[in-house]
Amino acid sequence: MAYSSKVVDHYEHPRNVGSLDKNDVNVGTGIVGAPECGDVMKLQIKCDAAGRIVDAKFKTFGCGSAIASSSLATEWVKGKTVDEALQIKNTEIVKELSLPPVKIHCSVLAEDAIRAAIEDYRSKQSRLAGAETAAAGSR
Amino acid sequence: MKLPIYMDYNATTPVDPRVLEAMMPYFTQDFGNAASRNHEFGWTAEDAVEKAREQVGAAIGASSKEIIWTSGATESNNIAIKGVANMYREKGNHIITDVIEHKAVIDPAKYLEQNGFRVTFLPVDKHGMVHPEQVREAMTDETILVSIMHGNNEVGTINPIGEIGKLCKEKDVIFHVDACQTFAKQPIDVETMGIDLLSCSGHKIYGPKGVGALYVRRKRPRVRCEPVIHGGGHERGMRSGTLNVPGIVGMGKAAELCVQSQAEEIARVTRLRDRLKDGLFNRLPEIYLNGHPTERIPNNLNVSFLYVEGESLMMGFSDIAVSSGSACTSASLEPSYVLKALGLGDDLAHSSIRFSIGRFTTQEEIDYAVERVCAAVEKLREMSPLYEMAQEGIDLSKVQWAAH
Repeated sequence: MAYSSKVVDHYEHPRNVGSLDKNDVNVGTGIVGAPECGDVMKLQIKCDAAGRIVDAKFKTFGCGSAIASSSLATEWVKGKTVDEALQIKNTEIVKELSLPPVKIHCSVLAEDAIRAAIEDYRSKQSRLAGAETAAAGSR
Repeated sequence: MKLPIYMDYNATTPVDPRVLEAMMPYFTQDFGNAASRNHEFGWTAEDAVEKAREQVGAAIGASSKEIIWTSGATESNNIAIKGVANMYREKGNHIITDVIEHKAVIDPAKYLEQNGFRVTFLPVDKHGMVHPEQVREAMTDETILVSIMHGNNEVGTINPIGEIGKLCKEKDVIFHVDACQTFAKQPIDVETMGIDLLSCSGHKIYGPKGVGALYVRRKRPRVRCEPVIHGGGHERGMRSGTLNVPGIVGMGKAAELCVQSQAEEIARVTRLRDRLKDGLFNRLPEIYLNGHPTERIPNNLNVSFLYVEGESLMMGFSDIAVSSGSACTSASLEPSYVLKALGLGDDLAHSSIRFSIGRFTTQEEIDYAVERVCAAVEKLREMSPLYEMAQEGIDLSKVQWAAH
């Protein structure tokens, strides 16, 4: 099976490979997939005070399509608010990368990774808000 | 050095130019039907077929009369397994094989299972080997056939065929060997090894595709197979159909050439394979050899590169043709059943690459491959969340993965 030129491009020049500080309250980390299934994606976002995604990083264990899907996902979420990022659909990834049917699960995983990262970010933020409220109450 | 580099000789091999040369006249000039007994064209074709029969027989210590031409090893395996089962079903209904046979053995065995036979699929050890004691223990009074491969096509492990053959002789059970990866390339003697049926193929030995052979023992005991393809009674009634004369000539020539240079080629290919292995293992940590460390076909190297997925790794050196046990390379999305049978976790199975080299592989190509593969593994590990977690000291087997 030949890969689309966009998949090859993302594979050869992956955007935003790396890691953000997972302990930073402004960073959300999503890890999806399993080694047994042949793909694991880690996608991280970093948001500013207004909830806009200012940085994104990924690391992926998986086939070329999985790497390309996560690379593309980091490109797309950057500059979006978390609400906007949640609107990204796997079908858009499939279309952009011309993924064949057998690789659709790679795009699903990328969408899941975005959601997992945002969920982690939000739960950190609400814990932080809760802690601040508790701290204010004890004063 | 010409790119891309071919390192998938266990899948198929190029036709040797000397083989092609031998075949050429039989397409246009000496095109006769080997079954035409009453004219020059037929005689010429028949002579060529009989010469090839001798060449193939000589490679395994058999008489030319014991060689049946087929379309390839898949057909040979089908005739051997279904043919023996149907011919000897009065004698018993039990067949013994193992779990890492080629699908061309496993699928006919499963077919027989659905048709009243009992099949034992023996497990293999962590190196992919079947032990004679396992075969002995599995045998019953109903056992009519044992089918065990010589060299495994994925992990390269060579089974103790001679010992298993001896056991089959003691128990008066027919012994079939799928020798696709070893025929003419490894020493095989059907007499000393106690082999009754042996499958082989032209295209694994620098011959053409679409031709294969089945050795069928003629005495002590005389083995009979019910045909799979009926019509005309060619090949002692075991395989009807007009003979593929150019293909057969090519397979005979290919077998002869392999046998002529067998010892030197084993030494040369072993040296290149070990150079590839050492090059990878000296540079890369956490990589694992699959298959037997010593009892293996010389041209095969199967390695798992932990934390890196096989298909993406192949993309990283796309100018080198190899194959992978990764699920992503197959339609089934399941990793290699062979690697799983060796006890590899799915993660290591997904991370495996099979390098297989041969007659036209050069040292320069090996050195190039080492460099390219190492660079790709290093790049992908930098990109791998699993590698990162392992570096942080996280035990990956204890992580609760969100399976999908």
